[in-house]
Amino acid sequence: MKIPILYNLRSMRARPVSTALTALGIALVVAVFIGTLALANGFATALVRTGSPTTVLVLRKGADSELSSSINRETASILASMPQAARGTDGRALVSAEVYVVIAAGRIGDTTAMANVVVRGVGPEAWQVRSNVRVAEGRLPASGRNEICLGTKLVGRFPNTGIGQSMHFAGRPWEVVCHFTAGGSAFESEVWGGNEQIMPAMRGEVFQSVSFRLADPAAFEDAKRALEADKRLTVDVHRESEFYAQQSQLLGNILRILAILVTSIMAVGAIFGAVNTMYAAVASRRPEIAVLLTLGFRPGNVLVSFLLESALVATIGGIVGCLLALPLNGLVTSTTNWASFSEIAFAFRITPGLLLAGMAFAVVMGTLGGYFPARQASKIEVVKALR
Amino acid sequence: MKFWTLLRANLGRHKRRTFLTVASVALALFLFASLRTVITTLAAAAQFGSARRLVTTNATGFVLPLPVSYANRLGTVPGIEKVTWANWFGGRYGDGKRFFATFAIDAESYLDLYPEMSVPADQKAAFLQDKGGALIGARLVDLFGWKVGQNVTLQGTIFPGDWTFTVRGVYTPTDPAINDDAMMFHWSYLDERTGREGLAGWYIMQIDRPDNAANVATTIDDQFRSSPFPTKTGTEQAFNASFATMWGNIGLLMNTIGLAVVFAILLVTANAMMMSARERTRELAILKTIGYTDRLLFVLVLAEAGIITVTGAVLGLGAAKALYRATNFNGGGFLPGFDVTWATMAAGAAITLLLMLGSGIIPAAQAARLPVVTALRNVE
Amino acid sequence: MALVEVRDVNKMFSRGSERIEVFHGLTLDIEQGSFTALMGPSGSGKSTLLNLVAGLDRPTSGTIRVGGAEVSAMTATQLAGWRAANIGFVFQSFNLLPVLTAYQNVELPLLLTRLSKKERDERVRIALGVVGLDDRLDHYPRQLSGGQEQRVAIARAIVADPTLVMLDEPTGQLDAASSQEVLNLLGRLNDEFGKTILIVTHDPSAAKRAKRELHLDKGTFVEQEGAAP
Repeated sequence: MKIPILYNLRSMRARPVSTALTALGIALVVAVFIGTLALANGFATALVRTGSPTTVLVLRKGADSELSSSINRETASILASMPQAARGTDGRALVSAEVYVVIAAGRIGDTTAMANVVVRGVGPEAWQVRSNVRVAEGRLPASGRNEICLGTKLVGRFPNTGIGQSMHFAGRPWEVVCHFTAGGSAFESEVWGGNEQIMPAMRGEVFQSVSFRLADPAAFEDAKRALEADKRLTVDVHRESEFYAQQSQLLGNILRILAILVTSIMAVGAIFGAVNTMYAAVASRRPEIAVLLTLGFRPGNVLVSFLLESALVATIGGIVGCLLALPLNGLVTSTTNWASFSEIAFAFRITPGLLLAGMAFAVVMGTLGGYFPARQASKIEVVKALR
Repeated sequence: MKFWTLLRANLGRHKRRTFLTVASVALALFLFASLRTVITTLAAAAQFGSARRLVTTNATGFVLPLPVSYANRLGTVPGIEKVTWANWFGGRYGDGKRFFATFAIDAESYLDLYPEMSVPADQKAAFLQDKGGALIGARLVDLFGWKVGQNVTLQGTIFPGDWTFTVRGVYTPTDPAINDDAMMFHWSYLDERTGREGLAGWYIMQIDRPDNAANVATTIDDQFRSSPFPTKTGTEQAFNASFATMWGNIGLLMNTIGLAVVFAILLVTANAMMMSARERTRELAILKTIGYTDRLLFVLVLAEAGIITVTGAVLGLGAAKALYRATNFNGGGFLPGFDVTWATMAAGAAITLLLMLGSGIIPAAQAARLPVVTALRNVE
Repeated sequence: MALVEVRDVNKMFSRGSERIEVFHGLTLDIEQGSFTALMGPSGSGKSTLLNLVAGLDRPTSGTIRVGGAEVSAMTATQLAGWRAANIGFVFQSFNLLPVLTAYQNVELPLLLTRLSKKERDERVRIALGVVGLDDRLDHYPRQLSGGQEQRVAIARAIVADPTLVMLDEPTGQLDAASSQEVLNLLGRLNDEFGKTILIVTHDPSAAKRAKRELHLDKGTFVEQEGAAP
């Protein structure tokens, strides 16, 4: 015979302040939990989405980032003619030799803070090589001209990013002719221009990377072996998705560790709060519990009933916490990805899975907090309690 | 004071509850201190920089190089006393899991410009003499067990291949804001191995007077503005500060979390205090009949809240200060000199006061306003 | 002048929309050194009179003087101080703070004075000696019997040497033997130490121990003849 939940609900209502405070404490922990993990999530997502498993990124052997790599023209032209690359509808190989450089740009509203913005000089096929890149507004830069296309995350956060305006770097103006989206990936924080315009502007003589779309999506390993064995080249071949995932590791780990550390410590505090509340609840309801026992309910029922009550309070807290955290979803923030030394803007990303995790976390906190008090309640001796 | 017995007895009434509440406060303040210290450490790093040092980088982007020939030209700019330069090497040691900075420096002039990097004289001499030698930060000795005289090999990332150096000296920074885990070798070695391209990463210069900084900077930048390698010059402090801002909204993030933490703990503490107060209406009534004034009871209840919060605060703040000192924590190299400042402790004290008032004021006011007769009647 | 002078006191309670008159035109003297028992049916207002005399409650109209001081006109803060010096109060049950020992409970009123620790210690021991519990100083209330608890409460009531000791149903929850203990003690306090005692009770044996009995009847107290001399 189970003790009806109505009893728990009524008891919670009879101690509204205590219940509310405990629930609110749990709510805050859940909100911070969801918020910080959403931050880590957003960052990881932006980077993971950046790479496609069917795109290959070729860097110089030993380079750990696009920034530190260098690929000369000879290598680039060898790579451009290899059979592993897919071909576009016009028959041209979907290969893009790219210049990757980081410039200093002041954000709107905070002129002292310099952000490192990625400027990528791309080959004409780049827009096909990467399947998730789409022009949202305007037209592609014309070859031979100092024109650039901006990722949408730059627009509005940096000055002169509107279509028709000109950004100034490397000693000359660059006209903004389009904005592009890239599925929320890191590319959306980049400035793209023609590689033959960017390279001389940066006083460079080499490319940093070559990217191409695999003709046969399943043939990555073959392509990798072939290129790395080629005596004319000294390259490392990466699957683009894996490369960017790995680039997100350092900062992603920091954010995740921060999230877990902070929420763990907070959780202990919230659990203590739940423990306090439940012990007090049990103490003040001793006669009631004794009555329940004399009515025929078993100690096991009492234990479960109090555990349930604690979990119920925690669930309410969990829901409030989720509601508190939800407004963060989609909020754009930015930081520097130290692995690539570039600014990356990304959005807090709350997934249903994360909300569920938050709720589960709340219930765990409530159950942990309620266990010992519930056990004490179930051990009440009728005779003593009714005296 | 003479009411100590009463206070202590009240707190000992529910030892478990008191303990849990104190522990919660301690945890919250520990967390608060840690979060704030991230901000203060980054700020300190951003503040660091001699007022007499300027840094010149490529104006287009500081990842782009400058010709080493600029060194002589910079030396002739009025107001400049000393010039040196350095390059970012990158490089990976072993599996690369523990990252540390590696620079190629123009050794003699660099060490001259940075007296904060303290190196024993004999080691310094050995390093200057050996072109393939390296200077390592004291922490690297702890991390990897390197010794003076041993060879260390790095995998080049920007400059490909294996790079082997002989450790010739260990530097100890005299200012905690300087990283103690960097590695430095000779720029001439780098230049030679990469085909004598003559490229420097950035220049550091010492000027005669701090108030000359703006003038000198403008002079330099004007001079190179229309050259293929334009420059951007600023104080060392500005240069360091820009690194700190690269973290983005970290300050806001830390503060927000800190606020949530404090608020959550306030709820826990307030709840505990109110529970205690609720259970003691009868006793408070009796004290009033004995002649305890409303004001005295108000103070006593508040004092109880104070003892809990202050004890928790001392434990939490104290643990934070001691722990980070004892473990020489530096956030994997990103947070050099991580130490809870006295300002943070003071902020913690202010929060403790807030906690005391927030959790104690309602029970205290209730105790003061308790109508004796009704209270007596209710429980009897 | 009597120690306690109650003059023309009315006391009205509102319970919801009802108005209940407990006292109407009550006039009463309690002499110094007397031992008076207040009796009457449950809920008739006996305890209310104690509360009024102690200044814990105010009359609707009329005045109350204790030792010359007009209690009915003092502020709450003044009353607190006055009570600490002049009144000892004992309730039927739950007198003691369970977290304090007998010694610490008795010391409570003295914490409000400027006495030194040594002086306080002296008085506490004397008080506990008078009630015959000087071997139980460090016991907590839960370690004492009901009668012993009440005696500690009395010790606390007299430790500051008050003029007036008031007890509200002190033997209500005690068995016969413990009641006797407590009543004997009260008798001694009155005979040997000259304390003025005012006790509310419906225990006839307690009333017999008193030297004067007052019965509450229709909003006022009526003298009962036949009390012990």
